Amino acid sequence: MSVLLQEMSEKALKLNIPLSVQLDLTYRCNERCVHCYLDHDDHGEMTTAEIKHLLDEMADAGVFILTLSGGEIFLRKDFFDLLEHARRLMFCVKLKTNAVLIREREAARLRDLGVESVQISIYSHRPEVHDAITLIPGSLQRSVDAIRFLKSQGLKVIIANVLMTQNRQDYPGVRALAAELGVECTLDPTVTPMMDGNRGVLDLGVDQDTLRQVFRDAALVGDVDEFCAIPAKPGESELESVPCSAGHTACYVSPYGDVFPCVQFPLPTGNVRQQRFVDIWRHSDQMNDVRSIRVKDLTTCTSCTHVSTCTRCPGLAFMEGNMRGPSTQDCEKSFARTGVPSANMLARKNAAANLGLTSLGTMNLGHTSLGQTSLGNANLVQIRALPNLAGASA
Amino acid sequence: MSRLYMARNPRVAARSLGGEMMIMSGRDSMLFTLNKTATILWQSADGTTPLDEIVELRIVPGFAVEPAQALQDAETLARELASREILQISEEPILPRNPAAGEVAPGESR
Repeated sequence: MSVLLQEMSEKALKLNIPLSVQLDLTYRCNERCVHCYLDHDDHGEMTTAEIKHLLDEMADAGVFILTLSGGEIFLRKDFFDLLEHARRLMFCVKLKTNAVLIREREAARLRDLGVESVQISIYSHRPEVHDAITLIPGSLQRSVDAIRFLKSQGLKVIIANVLMTQNRQDYPGVRALAAELGVECTLDPTVTPMMDGNRGVLDLGVDQDTLRQVFRDAALVGDVDEFCAIPAKPGESELESVPCSAGHTACYVSPYGDVFPCVQFPLPTGNVRQQRFVDIWRHSDQMNDVRSIRVKDLTTCTSCTHVSTCTRCPGLAFMEGNMRGPSTQDCEKSFARTGVPSANMLARKNAAANLGLTSLGTMNLGHTSLGQTSLGNANLVQIRALPNLAGASA
Repeated sequence: MSRLYMARNPRVAARSLGGEMMIMSGRDSMLFTLNKTATILWQSADGTTPLDEIVELRIVPGFAVEPAQALQDAETLARELASREILQISEEPILPRNPAAGEVAPGESR
């Protein structure tokens, strides 16, 4: 994150302003990715008028970065109408899409409307692997064609690669493809539980051996020794800090108008069909509960070796049963990175041993996912800082 | 003397945060913040109000500055903002464009 954006985030935090919102326009999709956590049926999406009204409310509330995602956003027939409205309100608009429906015409229109970036999911450079994940033959070719169309319009494109068992060997190939296309590439080893709470999909996550390999790939992490170092003991300021931006400067709105702290944090806080967006943001008991949490308040994690560097996701912790508790998926990341078990892992080992059941090796290490790792995500924000522009001398 | 007109570049993203204007360039995603006077210029840049009128009505009264100096500084600032594609400037009034129709505003390239 640039220095200036960091400053803006800190200011938004102090002023309680939702600087960044992800709005899913639909859960419908033209792909059927094996790891997807969504129910793709339409259970009553917001209408065009409702979404435009919501965008007006978001602009009034101070939202600056608006990520439009889904489902597949281009399945909304009113997509460009909504995008045009969003840009008229001067949001910084980022798109997440599989890009299958983007051809020359759509790419040109996105350029004309001043979209900041387009993030496209690519799981492998090999059609037989990518298409086996999306379950749509020819989808890799369509998505890669779209990237070329978007690049030809001068748009910023980011390839998002989710690391799973099916494609665990392919991330170097995806990075090479990104380099060939002249686009950025991120690697996210997170597999998110289904929205209905089903955690079976986590079996698609990569194992500890793959995590260790990825975390020691200098092409991804830079200085491996630094990245994998055992963290220093946290200082007072780290313990007083907020765990992540969810509910603090960012939130998520579903196609049905439900507001959550984050797309990966399914704690309902209100619905924009019944309340103003800003009232949910400011006054929801649930949002304020999330907002009250400091690192020092976390159960188990506060005493963990990894607390100062862990990528603990409060949403994943919530899905495990306690938003103040640990996220096992992130414990496993920290373990893979440093070789040091987390406090949560040790506690579970002790609990299991007391029951005479098991040893460390039987914990969730077999079906891990990595959570919102910083791996590659440094590339997600490419906003460079410039000194403030000086005004007229006065 | 010719008059200068300013319009906000529709390709940028912008939001006021606690009275401070954040602007992201549509050209290269660079992020800027504008100070108080630059924010006044940005907010007043409707394409039809000339810069001298903006300075006279919105800057001079609030900043206790000599009108001629204020206008000179404001013009320098407007040109700098234009060089960064945050503002469009012209010696003629700038009519709003319709981005949905693919119209290209003055000073923009495809």
